[in-house]
Amino acid sequence: MTSARPGPVSRPGRNLRARDRFLPSLIGLLMVLGTFFLIRAVVIRAEQWPRIKAQFFNGQAIIDVFPQVLKGFGLNMSVWAVSLVVIALWALVLAVFRSLHGPWFAPLRVFSIVYIDLLRGLPSLLLVLLFGFGVPALRIPGLPQKSLFWGAMAMISSYSAYAAEVYRSGMEAVHDGQRAAAKALGLSQGQTLRFAILPQAVRNVVPSLLNLAVALQKDVALLSVLGVRDAVREAQIYTARTFNYSSLVAAALLFLAATIPLARFTDYLSRKDRERRLQFTV
Amino acid sequence: MYRIEIEHLTKYYGKKLVLQDVNLRVADHEVVCLIGASGSGKSTLLRCVNNLVDFDQGDVKLDGLSIFDDGLSSGELYKRIGMVFQSYNLFPHMTVLDNITLAPRRVHRISRAESEACAHELLKLFDLDGFAGSYPEQLSGGQQQRVAIVRALATRPEVLMLDEVTAALDPELIGGVLQVIRDLRKQGMTMIIVTHEMSFARDVADLVCFLDGGRILEEGPPQRLFSNPENPRTRQFLQRIIEAGRL
Ligand SMILES: Nc1ncnc2c1ncn2[C@@H]1O[C@H](COP(=O)(O)OP(=O)(O)O)[C@@H](O)[C@H]1O
Ligand SMILES: [Mg+2]
Repeated sequence: MTSARPGPVSRPGRNLRARDRFLPSLIGLLMVLGTFFLIRAVVIRAEQWPRIKAQFFNGQAIIDVFPQVLKGFGLNMSVWAVSLVVIALWALVLAVFRSLHGPWFAPLRVFSIVYIDLLRGLPSLLLVLLFGFGVPALRIPGLPQKSLFWGAMAMISSYSAYAAEVYRSGMEAVHDGQRAAAKALGLSQGQTLRFAILPQAVRNVVPSLLNLAVALQKDVALLSVLGVRDAVREAQIYTARTFNYSSLVAAALLFLAATIPLARFTDYLSRKDRERRLQFTV
Repeated sequence: MYRIEIEHLTKYYGKKLVLQDVNLRVADHEVVCLIGASGSGKSTLLRCVNNLVDFDQGDVKLDGLSIFDDGLSSGELYKRIGMVFQSYNLFPHMTVLDNITLAPRRVHRISRAESEACAHELLKLFDLDGFAGSYPEQLSGGQQQRVAIVRALATRPEVLMLDEVTAALDPELIGGVLQVIRDLRKQGMTMIIVTHEMSFARDVADLVCFLDGGRILEEGPPQRLFSNPENPRTRQFLQRIIEAGRL
């Protein structure tokens, strides 16, 4: 929400001065801080505040628990990173299945539609519980037994459904003329996808995919319900031992430290992308 | 022997009749111009000829062989009939060179070196050398359209179909593209051209067909059709074109 625009400002007749460029951002910042202090003032006045403060915002406790929570957070991040790669690929496959036309591709198309409908219709938490407790309980020989693995599979399955839809919207946004041109050149359906449509579609949807990546970064914490020792679980373990909730705040800080930069980066890419598109249409 | 024979071609979009019993023959080295109001079915006719869209009745033959014949693979069909669109439809994420060599390399399995040499040769021929490494959006509309023509020529087609290739261009860029088409005619390229540039059609066409409501209402050599149209609707259409100052 900054109205301070980077780039050339020395247009004749309209010379933005430093004041005009930075003042709006400054006001925005002050508004956020103002709101924060207002809420703080109300909270501090609450009767129970001193007790809550000691339980949730105990600086010493946060420092003490930090290494343990950080270790759990490392698990969050590795699950997140691996899942991202798998989701990006599997969702692309689903989107391509869904886009194929011709009677012989009907099974793949139907599979993809049903998959996406089912997995988007179920809460991630439910999927994590079903996969994480259900599959290992089947004790099928040859399959991994760890709930961490199956919990991650649940997240991957669920997020792939969303990401597939994102890819699909990107493919549909590619102008029809591109398909016509590819076909008129003799490219097969697969070649048209590979050389003409997908490169453009993927480029279109990178910002939206990154938004999903931010969401996933937090949702990985759902795996804690399986007893997987991620950041949230470690924080809870500490709480159970000491009756102090400051460990949760420590985990919260870690999540913020990871998600905010990624969100900023996503915004930056979206802006670049929009500028690129404007350039195209001129 | 005709290069292209369109026989009793009928096409519906849903319930809407878009082409109605169209018959047209194009001989080797002949240039046919299709004229007619917007929505009369000109683009659809071209798209039927190279099977970009299905049609409901009739047949299209290339050198006497139906385009649906098993002896004619789809790769070969598109190699022999090139097509250029109004909106260029270059691939924006590929350089000019990659746009041109895509079909030769991927569809016709010509080596990279050979197809690039051929592309450079064509680019030079059309005054586009120096743009091989550029991306389409770095080119003017006229240059993009000429690249699109080169791309369609890269497979050495026998027939070239051009669909209002100057309609999206600024007036000062139209001349260059029309000149390219005139040059192609001189080299003996067989062409089916949809155009609103009547004076151009008069120059290059051997045969002009006036389409109206999905039918060829009138056809004839340009001198006759433009100066002495028989059908009242043709007369009306040309009258409007003259009023718009385009003839
Ligand atoms: N993809 C399509 N779906 C439905 N109707 C179409 C489609 N393309 C063209 N039409 C219709 O077919 C008719 C002929 O269109 P077109 O061949 O594009 O005409 P022209 O090129 O002469 O302007 C028009 O009425 C148009 O609305
Ligand atoms: Mg048209």
